[in-house]
Amino acid sequence: MSHTPLFSAPHAHQATSIRRTMWLVILALLPATVYGLYLFGWPALNLFVVTVASALLAEAFSLRLAGKAVKPFLFDGSALLTGWLLALTLPPWAPWWIGVVGALLAIVIGKQVFGGIGQNLFNPAMVARVALLISFPLEMTTFLTPLPMFSANAPSFVEGLAISFSQGINLDAVSSASLLGHVKTELGQGHLLPDVLTSVYDLKTLLSGNTPGSLGETSALLILVGGLLLLFLRIISWHIPLAMLGTLAMMATFFHWLDPAHYPDAVYHLFSGAAMLGAFFIATDLVTSPVTARGQLLFGAGCGLLVYIIRTWAAYPEGVAFAVLLMNATTPLIDHYLKPRIYGRRRDGSPLQHRNRLSEGGGT
Amino acid sequence: MKLFRIRGGVHPQEHKQLSAHKAIEVMPMPELLRIPLQQHIGSPAVPVVRKGDSVLKGQLLAHAQGMISAPVHAPTSGRIIAIGKHIAPHPSGLPVRTITLKADGNDRWIDLPGPVDPFTLDANEISERVAAAGIVGMGGASFPSAVKLNLGKRFSLHTLVINGAECEPYLTCDDRLMREHATEILDGVRIMMRALGVAHCLFAIESNKAQAHEAISKAAGNHNGIRTVKVPVRYPMGSEKHLVQTLTGEETPARALTADIGVVVHNVATAFAVHEAVRFHLPLISRVVTVSGGAIKHPRNLRVAVGTPVRELLAHCGGFREEPARLLSGGPMMGQPIINTGIPVVKGSNAVLALTAAETATHPAMPCIRCGSCVKACPCGLVPVEISARTRHGDLQGAADLGLMDCISCGSCAYVCPSHLPLVQYFNYAKGELTARQRAEHKQKETKRLAEQRAERIAREKKAKREAMMRRRQAARKRTKSEKAGANV
Repeated sequence: MSHTPLFSAPHAHQATSIRRTMWLVILALLPATVYGLYLFGWPALNLFVVTVASALLAEAFSLRLAGKAVKPFLFDGSALLTGWLLALTLPPWAPWWIGVVGALLAIVIGKQVFGGIGQNLFNPAMVARVALLISFPLEMTTFLTPLPMFSANAPSFVEGLAISFSQGINLDAVSSASLLGHVKTELGQGHLLPDVLTSVYDLKTLLSGNTPGSLGETSALLILVGGLLLLFLRIISWHIPLAMLGTLAMMATFFHWLDPAHYPDAVYHLFSGAAMLGAFFIATDLVTSPVTARGQLLFGAGCGLLVYIIRTWAAYPEGVAFAVLLMNATTPLIDHYLKPRIYGRRRDGSPLQHRNRLSEGGGT
Repeated sequence: MKLFRIRGGVHPQEHKQLSAHKAIEVMPMPELLRIPLQQHIGSPAVPVVRKGDSVLKGQLLAHAQGMISAPVHAPTSGRIIAIGKHIAPHPSGLPVRTITLKADGNDRWIDLPGPVDPFTLDANEISERVAAAGIVGMGGASFPSAVKLNLGKRFSLHTLVINGAECEPYLTCDDRLMREHATEILDGVRIMMRALGVAHCLFAIESNKAQAHEAISKAAGNHNGIRTVKVPVRYPMGSEKHLVQTLTGEETPARALTADIGVVVHNVATAFAVHEAVRFHLPLISRVVTVSGGAIKHPRNLRVAVGTPVRELLAHCGGFREEPARLLSGGPMMGQPIINTGIPVVKGSNAVLALTAAETATHPAMPCIRCGSCVKACPCGLVPVEISARTRHGDLQGAADLGLMDCISCGSCAYVCPSHLPLVQYFNYAKGELTARQRAEHKQKETKRLAEQRAERIAREKKAKREAMMRRRQAARKRTKSEKAGANV
């Protein structure tokens, strides 16, 4: 035993690892993913596979370039999860190269340039999504009404390949604005909410996700189920989702109360677009969110506030990606200022007061 | 009783069922005992015997030295065959001064004075007897107990807390002691209450030890002032300051003692030793050790003579079931690796564990993903993720500014880390390095101060010499003048 290296305590460990964490997140995403793929058919599946595969290839390539061991990092699940999340936020019938470019942006620029896992300041999937949105606004905003796999009008496997991989397919016939986009456009044209919403807004639709939107964002209910699973497994804590959705809901309720004709209510905001996915899966990204409970509350509240502001007053109909990136930038600052109180000390770091000493001096 | 929540903590798998049902068994006396002169925090003891001396069981081998120290006694009768360096029960494996005793097999006691009624003794007499018996904190810290029993002189105390939490996984030595010796422990508790001058005692036992709780409650039944309390099972409940907070809701100020909030904490095994020492004059020469872990063939609780080599304990428990991945002295959360089974059991050893690879669940370290699990787990309100980042980059002052020195090395952060980072290793390194730097700085300052003093003294002496010379010259001049004047008369 004399050559045993020195190990510091503890000599036992919880059954946890990065890989386990990542795979559990993926597991939680599975219901929404499978449903999204079903809803939008073969072209969506093509896009999903291309995006995830590109992410893994980009990760392997970057790791080799950086001279790191490829195997432990490639299979830690983080690149897979990044590609997966990115795919879920893309328009389901987007061409294949959107997935490839997005994956490269996410993995190479969003993550590996910073030094790989754990080092990135911004959520890689959101970096890619925002870069794509700004660079390819047409492809990134072409949504369609769901055409579930095997349903009458759904494209066959071969047609799906054509949609994903060849040019010149005219999507105008099937395209349709997302709820957020539709409302934004209509409000911009001076219409009032009660008229705009009657035709499209229905909570049941938003929950089930049978509505135009990104590949995996449409079913608020399935995302919520996945999110609750993560909470239950303690992969994430409740602070960020609750603060984010709570702030969003409070803002929406307040302005809706002020002027119901121009500001939709909280339910509309919570269950549409990427709010649910953002709150449970994107803003909670471990690497880029604060580490303390109070910091997470502030971070989540900031995300919710920014989402509302961007949705309501900015040029884009959806703001989750922007909001998360902006708050990512504040994470180091939040972590610097919001620390837990150290045992036996006040918040400012000075020791609590002694009371029981009989005489001064001689203490330890 | 109302309990208070502590921050953080973890729930490691307990594994206590391996040895909890095994009654304490007296381990046969080994042939050779290695008795280190330093088994406690403080100065090492000074030998009073010489090589070749014959000693009786319980005879003083080395006396305490200085304010914080403890004597050591012969665990059995026999002959001193060496006083020299022997490998220490410490992960460095560096040798410490050790007395080697060859047992003669008679196990003959020295003449002990007759039993006394401890309740006729005053506080000073009690702590003197505890000091003379060489009792140290037996929960693992090994701080001389008599010093802690004297705290009543410096602080106004109100409560004695007996720590029967035993929050480390696998450990069952305190559990068994409470089940089997409740009356003796409570006698020790009352003696300690008398020494401290407190009227209240809270006897804390984690709720996973129902039988121990029952035994202690029963034994304490007719004594008001002593209250047994079930505390929640959560590591590190046995940490002195956290246990006190759980019981009283009060937080010990940073860099202070629990005595600062009127509480003194002692371990159950210490209470037992105090009972034996004060009532029967028995020195601390043996203790209960849990030998357990998945790699041990027959896990047991053994009463072992201080100085018994670990190797003998392992052999007595049937050896290994399989080659252990880790061999430890103490629990899995804070224990030290054993690098040589020749090391002896000392007063603070509570367990010898042989863990299998499956039990340690070690993985290679991955980069930190800033998940914040460590922040949630830290019972001290620290941010281990930041402290470790600073330590890794050599910014030790930065680590200290974040509260490094308030870390109790409990290991909760490293236990939950999904990246399997050796966080405690970083912190221990940083603490050691910082202390060394402070010491070097202090030394430098002292050297400078002494050098300046010396220069000043030399200058002063020179000046004094010069002045003396001047005075002499003046006096001589005056004399010649007056002589001249006298001659003129």
